[in-house]
Amino acid sequence: MLDLALLVQYGPALLRGFGVTILCWGAGCLIGMVLGFVLMLLRQLPVKPLRWIIRAYIEVIRGTPFLIQLFLLYSGGPSIGLRLEATTAGILGLGLYGSAYFAEIFRAGYQAVPKGQVEAALSLGMSYGSILRRVIVPAMLVSTIPAIVNMMAILTKETVVLSIITVPELMYEMQTMAAETFATFETILGMALFYWLLVEVVSRLGRRLEARVTRFLTHASPQGSSTETATARA
Amino acid sequence: MKFSVIIDALPYLLGAAVTTIWVSLLGVLLGQVIGVAVCVARQSGGRAADMAGGVYVSFFRGVPLLIQLLLIYYMLPLIGIDVPPLVASIAALGLASGAYVSEIYRGALNAVPHGQSEAALALGFPGRSIWARILLPQAFRISVPALVNELILLLKASSLISVVGVAELTRTSQTISASNYRPLEIYLAAGLIYLAINGALALFGTLVERRLQQA
Repeated sequence: MLDLALLVQYGPALLRGFGVTILCWGAGCLIGMVLGFVLMLLRQLPVKPLRWIIRAYIEVIRGTPFLIQLFLLYSGGPSIGLRLEATTAGILGLGLYGSAYFAEIFRAGYQAVPKGQVEAALSLGMSYGSILRRVIVPAMLVSTIPAIVNMMAILTKETVVLSIITVPELMYEMQTMAAETFATFETILGMALFYWLLVEVVSRLGRRLEARVTRFLTHASPQGSSTETATARA
Repeated sequence: MKFSVIIDALPYLLGAAVTTIWVSLLGVLLGQVIGVAVCVARQSGGRAADMAGGVYVSFFRGVPLLIQLLLIYYMLPLIGIDVPPLVASIAALGLASGAYVSEIYRGALNAVPHGQSEAALALGFPGRSIWARILLPQAFRISVPALVNELILLLKASSLISVVGVAELTRTSQTISASNYRPLEIYLAAGLIYLAINGALALFGTLVERRLQQA
């Protein structure tokens, strides 16, 4: 089995790699969610060409492999003057990839907000900005948290693909270690177990967050339909 | 952008796309077999089978596909099975897909009314034919949209087998763009081919779904 001395020797590199993995994941999720939310909002505007463009963007991202998107960004980018470092390209790629999925998740959440709530808010004289902030987004959050958590777990797994465009994340460092020590199988097995644990932790934390957010919103609006959504799913 | 580059490379890319398609199809077929077996074993094989199935599903859904692929690729020679990368890749895709498919079937089985298997029992059907003639056909029909979705996901995931050197669409694009220094055009073309295949699959899925609804 794996020599423990190797772990001591390669420990710092693996730890650094894990840091890069977390950085790429965190930044990628953030970009993906923000961009996804903006895309979802823009899609609500009554401008037909804009809708088509956003729809095409989402279909293209969801219909092509993540790896091809990364190659296009990292290797194809310089042809149009877009020269990115591997890690930057990786974060941006992960963010763009996630944004299409998040946009769809948010759209489903937006549509699930009862019309009557928005109409009620309008008739109370609330501005669109404050309707969005105080009515739509909270209700959306409740109904979409499971899907968001699921997507974040998927993105955790996708970070591994970044190793192919030489982002020095955990998988990349692990492959370097495997190549230098010839302990290939043991290293990969260790890595499999590690990622299994990591994805499990992300999902568990997500479920806890879900319970938390749901409870908070239930207390905040005891008669709102967000309560109904929450109890209907539980 | 030089479109002549794409035209020149197109025959190779399309040839590679055919490899992508049949590798994915074989992966999905293997995944179906494994998925149905795991699902049936978990439902009717007692506690130990359920737990083993649960670990299988959790592992293959929790570990990134790239790592699964490398694991299988390096593990098979260690246990004395020397197979070409292509076979290892199909095995990896099938094992990964099987985990998702077994969950799809589990969900679909829950949607088949309980009375169905009770009625079959009352009519004296033996256990195996309740599965083969009552439960699985109905579960299959319910799960068609999810299964087509799974095929599309697997087709995209198959780009990862380029890492172990299988000359499918992604690998071939890499090879071509490394020789003509036109990565932008080549990867763009590859992306469009993936998009076209997935679009066709989605259309096919809608047609099958409509057909099954009529039946």
